[in-house]
Amino acid sequence: MKPSTGDRMLLTAVYALLAVMAFVAFYPFWNAAVISFNNGTDTLRGGITFWPRAFTLENYQVVFEDSRLVNGFAISVMRTLIGTLLSIGATAIFAYGMSRSELIGRKGYMIFCIITMYFSGGLIPTFLLIRSLDLFNTFWVMIIPGMISVWNMIIFRTFFKSMPAGLEESAKIDGCSNWGVLFRIVLPLSGPVIATLSLFTAVYHWNDWFTPSIYISNADLLPIQTKLQQILNSNIMSEQMAQMDSAAQGRMSRMKAVTSKSLSMATMMVATIPILCVYPFLQKYFVKGVLVGSLKE
Amino acid sequence: MQNTTHRISVEKQKAKPSLFKRIGRQWDLQLMVLPALLFILVFSYIPMYGVLMAFQDYSLFDGFSGSPWVGFKHFEMFFGAPEFWTVIRNTIVISLLKLLIGFPAPILLALMLNEVKHRMFKKVVQTISYLPHFLSWVIVSGFVMSMLSTENGSVNMLLQSLNLVKEPINFLSLPEYFWTILVTTGVWKEIGFASIVYLAAIAGVDPSMHEAAAMDGAGKLRQIFSITLPSIMPVVIVFLILAIGNLLSAGFEDILLLGSNPVLRDVGDVLDTYVYRTGIQNNRYSYATAAGLFKSLLGVLLLVGANYAARRSGNSLW
Repeated sequence: MKPSTGDRMLLTAVYALLAVMAFVAFYPFWNAAVISFNNGTDTLRGGITFWPRAFTLENYQVVFEDSRLVNGFAISVMRTLIGTLLSIGATAIFAYGMSRSELIGRKGYMIFCIITMYFSGGLIPTFLLIRSLDLFNTFWVMIIPGMISVWNMIIFRTFFKSMPAGLEESAKIDGCSNWGVLFRIVLPLSGPVIATLSLFTAVYHWNDWFTPSIYISNADLLPIQTKLQQILNSNIMSEQMAQMDSAAQGRMSRMKAVTSKSLSMATMMVATIPILCVYPFLQKYFVKGVLVGSLKE
Repeated sequence: MQNTTHRISVEKQKAKPSLFKRIGRQWDLQLMVLPALLFILVFSYIPMYGVLMAFQDYSLFDGFSGSPWVGFKHFEMFFGAPEFWTVIRNTIVISLLKLLIGFPAPILLALMLNEVKHRMFKKVVQTISYLPHFLSWVIVSGFVMSMLSTENGSVNMLLQSLNLVKEPINFLSLPEYFWTILVTTGVWKEIGFASIVYLAAIAGVDPSMHEAAAMDGAGKLRQIFSITLPSIMPVVIVFLILAIGNLLSAGFEDILLLGSNPVLRDVGDVLDTYVYRTGIQNNRYSYATAAGLFKSLLGVLLLVGANYAARRSGNSLW
């Protein structure tokens, strides 16, 4: 059947709108990348949009020579690796226990968990709890409080429950303990769900700037996102210089090519690259992840 | 596994071993869950109990047990504060704007994407539009500042080249633009990712209905309004209820990052940022907790109310 004129016009409008939308979605990212590769003084002349006019890597040189930014990057990497590993590991063990129908107290435990999804103490009581636990100014304040995720537990549990019971039965007959079944049978068969939840947890850890901003004052422990927030927040150049170490300051005054704007853009790109690296994997899994999440709702 | 129920019923008839014995027999299983439950007790339930400090004059020195109880003093102070109505107005206006524009936008995107038959084009648009969801608010606020900058920000350059403005506009320090910026940025960041659920719902619609409608001469638009939209309505309503339950969370990170300029306080102060400022920055712990508790109570009321309305229309969360 031939589409009507009205339908063809509609379809053309849809394609045009989507193209505009994709452009608007991508442009800020592209423009920031272009500015980060452009000579800073040249950028001040204006007109930098789609392509660098005076290509340079100096902005990145300054970023990578600033020991504090490099340190922030390292903290972020460590936080993401350790935080994801511990959170997924602990939550998976928890979820496996909760998935067993012979677990005594299972219903009560579940209600205990679900309540926390609807009610929370809020910012200030949590803040004071962390304070009284002496987690202030430690690396672990970024890892421990969020380690057990009830949400992820429920997703894991649903997945474990859908596994054929016969697998576990036969392993038990062969003398495998509950922990043995979990580590030798169940987890090796849970690749996709582990990958999905790990990716989301890792993205959270990489992107979270707020937790460290209220719990950590020691600049050596701040992850790159929080550092970046401080840099962006100090609009004035001199303040921004104070954020950097003296070596980088010296280098910056030598190189007129680097301005506060081009430097922030380069830092932003550095903080985004890891996300771009995992994005293809994310895309493979997140549709599944979102659907699992909404099934729960 | 099948005979578990049978076994349980047999056990019930016999004298049951004591609870402790039965738990002792599955100690390794209990060991998997008890540490995590303890963890939840500490990090979720202690703060919930700590909310009671809203009724105290909490001081760090005396702690929770030593601080004096003062009843509703902090609530009264909050309701009487000169900024109270500003905060309430901003919270309501910003969240309503976000709901009105941010909620239908992904549905519209999903409907449009569904019409695209060119696979490559669809894939590219999806890949690009999902990406901002995975960027942190710090990065996104950096983009916004750069786009709107008076020093050759792309938006000002565009407006100037179109001769719409003579001088660059300092968007981020003018209160009248703040709400527009917030809503636009929010839509920009989440529209793609939020559309995934609706795309999946649309994919579940029986294609024979569309074929039948096309036979009867219904155009695309007619089909969207008469078939697609009614079919995905249950999903839409569930998400609408959730959005209404979150209505008072007008935004936190975005306002904190984009509205740091004190000039914007009159339009940018919402309940969450107010709690943060008074509590964390000014150390008025009890007062901020009272404001936060007020927000939680209103939020629960909204959720229950929305669910009640939805149940009357036949769709509900519980």
